[in-house]
Amino acid sequence: MERDDIIEYSLDAHHDEEAGKKIRKKIVFVTILLTVVTALEVGLGIMASDYAGVKWEIVKWTFIVMTLVKAAYIVMVFMHLGDERKALRYVILAPYALFIIYLMFIAFSEANVLFSIRQALGL
Amino acid sequence: MAGEATKAIDTTTLWEGGRSPFSVSYGKMMMWFFLISDALTFGGLLVSLGFMKMKFADTWPKSEHIFFHFPFTHAHLPLAYVALMTFILIVSSVTMVLAVEAGHRMDRKNVILWLSLTVIGGLFFLGSQAWEWSSYIAGPDGDLTTWADNATLAQNPYPAADGVTAGAAHYTQFFFFVTGFHGTHVFSGVVLNFIILLNVIGGTYEKRGHYEMVEKVGLYWHFVDLVWVFVFTFYYLI
Repeated sequence: MERDDIIEYSLDAHHDEEAGKKIRKKIVFVTILLTVVTALEVGLGIMASDYAGVKWEIVKWTFIVMTLVKAAYIVMVFMHLGDERKALRYVILAPYALFIIYLMFIAFSEANVLFSIRQALGL
Repeated sequence: MAGEATKAIDTTTLWEGGRSPFSVSYGKMMMWFFLISDALTFGGLLVSLGFMKMKFADTWPKSEHIFFHFPFTHAHLPLAYVALMTFILIVSSVTMVLAVEAGHRMDRKNVILWLSLTVIGGLFFLGSQAWEWSSYIAGPDGDLTTWADNATLAQNPYPAADGVTAGAAHYTQFFFFVTGFHGTHVFSGVVLNFIILLNVIGGTYEKRGHYEMVEKVGLYWHFVDLVWVFVFTFYYLI
């Protein structure tokens, strides 16, 4: 398919066996990392429910951090966003982050108020 | 990944027109934009889940007390089955990224191998989810035929964390909506992967000179995995 009115960026994504080996090594590393983090999460979840001594707030934030680490590796390595141009990276991530952080802020502060109202009224 | 996106090109050339300033093809950029809108839908769903969890923090059931079933055994294995489902989806994501990598080398045989494994992994996940739903719907007594204590959109048979108080009604509603919406995505992902696999076998991309379609459905498939990572944490763990 030869067209001269557009640049075929897809053809430029090709690489040789040498580069492929390096990429596969990285994929194996990320696979192990994702598996280990998931196993840790499950272990922590079971522990937290069995031993009341573990502080729930700390466990919760550990879960959130672990999830964000996993998400970052999936987006940056598996979805190749880390290899794209910086401009594309920001066009995708910045508006989303802005929206979702603001949504979390308004929704969760509202939810906490509603919780205390429920407690006060005994609902 | 080498290619156009990693080349040093000055800003003027990039943005003065006649080319993509992001160095990506139209189709790939549109796939990303679709994924952003889909991510907003899932984001809204998960934030509303968090909202209800906080509002009913005292009566929200604890998932470790509910998800302890495992096929072929009566052992008490909290979260093990969900962890297995997560692992299946991660593995199918890995086979997908290997298919994309093989595509960049124009290695048709390996694309077929890895993409077929991805389709199989997706089907395994859907099957696991069917089992998960049936054991969840069955309720605390584990019997699907006793409708009075089954989990439905209208009824939550699972008690709060203390095991006595009635649990928040939203617990089952969010289970069906969040995992159901995600499961629908997995299903359409499997269908898309299968269509592309047929094209690969038919030699469509060999003729075209590149396997970018594999990369595009790959983006969608990784996104489905990404969403599950968040569902796993925010529905099951926290």
